[in-house]
Parts: sequence; structure tokens; C-alpha cells
Amino acid sequence: MITKVLATFAVVITGALLLYGVSDFPAFGDPHSPANAGVEGGAPSISNYYITKSYEDTKVPNLVTSVLADYRGYDTMFETVVIFAAGMAIFAILRVFSDEDDIEPNETHSEGNTFTDGDHSRIIVGTTVRLVVPVIQLFALYVVAHGHHSPGGGFQGGVILGASFIIIALAMDLDAALARFSEKSYFRLASVGILIYAGFGVLCQVLGSDFLDYGILQKIFLTDGPEMARSHSMLGVEVGVAFTVTGIMFAIYANLSSRGTLKSAL
Amino acid sequence: MIFAFDIVILIFLIVAAVIALNVKDLLSSSMIYGIYGFLICLLWAEMGAVDVAFTEAAVGAGVSTVLFIATVYNTRRRSSD
Repeated sequence: MITKVLATFAVVITGALLLYGVSDFPAFGDPHSPANAGVEGGAPSISNYYITKSYEDTKVPNLVTSVLADYRGYDTMFETVVIFAAGMAIFAILRVFSDEDDIEPNETHSEGNTFTDGDHSRIIVGTTVRLVVPVIQLFALYVVAHGHHSPGGGFQGGVILGASFIIIALAMDLDAALARFSEKSYFRLASVGILIYAGFGVLCQVLGSDFLDYGILQKIFLTDGPEMARSHSMLGVEVGVAFTVTGIMFAIYANLSSRGTLKSAL
Repeated sequence: MIFAFDIVILIFLIVAAVIALNVKDLLSSSMIYGIYGFLICLLWAEMGAVDVAFTEAAVGAGVSTVLFIATVYNTRRRSSD
């Protein structure tokens, strides 16, 4: 009881302090706040620069993508590495290898756990999933490929693509999803994604510029100026992010739902 | 920003958060957490941060709810110790 009172007390005090701190912030969308207008006689505003110059610099209409994938390329690259590390950690903690389980999958496969076999609810759910999954995957690819023109990008598209495999695993069973996207292939896909991202960075270095400074890649893409090269590189980098996120999302689900055995889940 | 819309979302947000913490069943709790994610997604879309809203809808509300449910499925009602 006393701990509950103390916990409530701590939460209320912390909340009050946070609210007090927030009250000092400039108002939402205030054009005169330091972030939007810059400091008088000091640093110019960075958000102003992004808003006015990012289209000229990169020819990418979606400001968010150009900031994330170009101006702050390191940030996004190591975010992707964090996701990869999370997948690896879950693999290292949960994954169980045992010999006696190896006999099981043949048994379950002979029962015919496919989309439409089995009880009636499985027929309905299986047919719906079979109709919906291609649409989801197409939408995911659109989100990735169109991320620098409309909202979206590698993270969102990768999550949707990974979720389409999770839906297969939910509607049927994990074996059916793993038959389409095996453990070997999802980890391979995740590693290739980071390699693509880092590869773009190293390629820039090889051509004589800084790491992830895409402008120099116009020599490879044969574009008119560095702007379109930056635009194309952003697309390539987003594809790399999408690969990693797709693989890791499904890896996390597969390991969590089956207690790391990758068999007989949900 | 539309003030009335904001207030409605924020009230629902607090209600969803309190219910998600207080509900006894873990499965319902994770479902309500998904609702919480969608409400935050709505709030961000309404504030103009469409990319963040998209991420929240896909990651926060979509996949993480499924991951929670997958984890809850592997728990038992009574602890063994």
C-alpha cells in the first residue's frame, strides 16, 4: 500500500515537472521560435534551410525523406543497424535448436495445413488472406518506391512487407510462412539491406567524397547534376532500409510466437 | 490544428491508456494498446506529420500489437512459482 502511494506521488511529481517544462516551449507552429526563425545575430534556422533549399538540393518533394535519408543519413543508417541488432538480440535470446523437434515438421506437413484445408473457419480466413496478401505486398513496394514523393519510405514499407508474412503466419501457421520466407532468407535479406545502405556510403568515399555524400554518385548514375544523383541514392538507401526492416520484423514475430523453436506457433 | 478534434482525441487517448493499464486480461490490454497507437497516429496526422503518423500506424499500432499478442499467447494465466 505504502509503495503504491509513493509510486503515485512520484508519477504525479514527474508529470507536473514535465508539464512545467513544456509550458516554456514555443507554441506549435510559432514562426518566431528559435527553431523556425533562427537566433538573432547567431545561427540561422536549420528548418528554414530545409524548407527553402531541400528541393533545390535534392529534387525530392518529400521534405521528411530528404532530411532523413540525405541530410541525416548517418542517423537513419544507424537506426537501421539498431533494428538489425534488435533482431539479432531476439534471435540470440529466444532461438532454440533441438534435435527432437526436427522429426515434428514432417508430421504436421502430412496433415496438409495449407491455406484451404482443415476446418471451415480456416477456409474463410485462408482465402481472405490469399486475396489480401498480394495487395498488401504491392502497396508495401509502392510505399518504398514512392517514399521520396509521398509519405512513406523504407521503414513503413518494410514493416508492411514484413506484416504481410506475419499475416500468412497468423492465418495458417508459422511453417507455411517460413516456407515462403525461411530463416536463412530473412536474415540474409536483413544483412543485405544494411550492406546496401553502407555500400552507398562507401561508394561515395571510393569516388572521392565523404561517407553518404550522395552528390558525387552522379558519375555512376550519369545524371545532369548532383541533385538527381542524391534523389536516386535516397531511393536506393530506402530499399536497403526496407530489406532490413522486412527481414527483422518477420524474424521477431517468428521467434516470439514460437518460443524460438520456429515450429507450431499460434 | 482543430481544437475540438484535438480535445476528443486526447481524452480518448487518456481513457485508452488508463484502461490498457488497469484491465486484467493481457490480451485485451494489448488490443487497447493498439487503439492507443491508432489514436496517436490520428493525432499526428491531424498535426500534419504524415510520415510519423504512417510509421505509427504501421509499427506502433499494427506490428507491435501483433507481437504483443504473440507474446501473450505464450504466457499462462498463473505463474508457476
